[in-house]
Amino acid sequence: MDINYYNADDLKKFGNIVEFQKEMGEKFFGYYGEVFKEGALTAREKSLIALAVAHAVQCPYCIDAYSSDAYEKGYSESQMMEAVHVAAAIRGGASLVHGVQMMNKVKKISL
Amino acid sequence: MSEFVKIKLKSLKATANSLSKAEHQLAVLEQNPTQFTPFHSQLNTIGLRPLRPTALEVFQVNLGKMCNQVCTHCHVDAGPDRKEIMTKETMETIIEVLKANPTFKIVDMTGGAPEMNPHFRWFVEEVSKLGIQMYVRCNLTIITANKKYNDLPEFFKKHKIEVISSLPFYSKNRTDKQRGDGVFESSIKALQMLNEVGYGKEDSELKLNLVYNPAGAFLPPDQSALEKEYKTALANDFGISFNNLFAITNLPVSRYLDYLITSENYEDYMTKLIDAFNPTAAENVMCRNTISIGWDGYIYDCDFNQMLELKVSNPTTQHISTFNASALQDRSIIVNNHCYGCTAGSGSSCGGAVA
Repeated sequence: MDINYYNADDLKKFGNIVEFQKEMGEKFFGYYGEVFKEGALTAREKSLIALAVAHAVQCPYCIDAYSSDAYEKGYSESQMMEAVHVAAAIRGGASLVHGVQMMNKVKKISL
Repeated sequence: MSEFVKIKLKSLKATANSLSKAEHQLAVLEQNPTQFTPFHSQLNTIGLRPLRPTALEVFQVNLGKMCNQVCTHCHVDAGPDRKEIMTKETMETIIEVLKANPTFKIVDMTGGAPEMNPHFRWFVEEVSKLGIQMYVRCNLTIITANKKYNDLPEFFKKHKIEVISSLPFYSKNRTDKQRGDGVFESSIKALQMLNEVGYGKEDSELKLNLVYNPAGAFLPPDQSALEKEYKTALANDFGISFNNLFAITNLPVSRYLDYLITSENYEDYMTKLIDAFNPTAAENVMCRNTISIGWDGYIYDCDFNQMLELKVSNPTTQHISTFNASALQDRSIIVNNHCYGCTAGSGSSCGGAVA
């Protein structure tokens, strides 16, 4: 067993998940491929969304993959960082908006 | 602007870099630390070895290594410090060869900046008399570099030359990173000058094609999607139109090889190329219908083999002075691991994707 929880080489082995559950794995990869095709959104736009989501879910494999993919598809460094800020703003906002819940509670129980 | 755009670099040759020598490049390409399948074995597995020509149709001529730019990825190691250019005598021999071999449909002129060869216009006029279609691989900035080149768009138009020009991206940042400060601005001006004389319009016979190649250690994205983005961005931002975009993969040769090694990307990049090996692209590689003539008249399977000094395999016809079409048609094309660059993903050729 590897001593690290994350190993960069494991990204290349992602497809191996079908070894333990073929049908679901294959359905997932078929769906994944379909999602990232050109559609109402371009493959390029989807790449930038994936980059932002990768940061929101803090997946190092996804960050590795979509940093390359988004740059290869022509996004600039500043555009990519702005996408990360969008992820950070939504994550930060998601915490802060619960502040209202806290305020509601405190106001209810305080004099 | 001066004749030479702001130089970020000197050629590998000028800096006495060991990779300026073809044998050093080949030694790197033949090392195999990750135990990948050598390219010739890969061809074996798909029944393409030995790789043979299909037909001799494209006659590519390197008019010299002199260039007004020093691009970071250049496989020619071209630049202002390179003085190797084709002589008029060699050009005269080429004209005789073209007269004697009417199977060639296209003369593809490259460099360096081919327009900097003092006999460039003479050569074009002679090829024009033979009625052969010409391509010029124009770096764009040469058009605005000096007054004596400002009329190139009109000259190209006169001879209906198809213009193929590198524009690594539709933004200044990425273009200048690869080709030098000020290149984007100068290229945009040159494209507008080409449009003004009629190049690049949808229904025009004056074709203007652009070349994308990645500004880093990665493969090009889908050619048709990228073409749409280029067309939209260049039209909206600068009112520029062009015909087709060719997405070209950088091959691990010369300055790009040096970049890969110094940035510690070489092994990962080779792995990317090899993992993306596409048998259909291998079937359609450009060296099967092209021959490449060096500035000194030697004959190669392609421009990359030329830079690696791998002359065609048939020893009786390695120079334009001993040109023999049937011997060239019967030859085995020389391959090495740099060829993985032409067979990755959608493939890559001087005309872009091939699969």
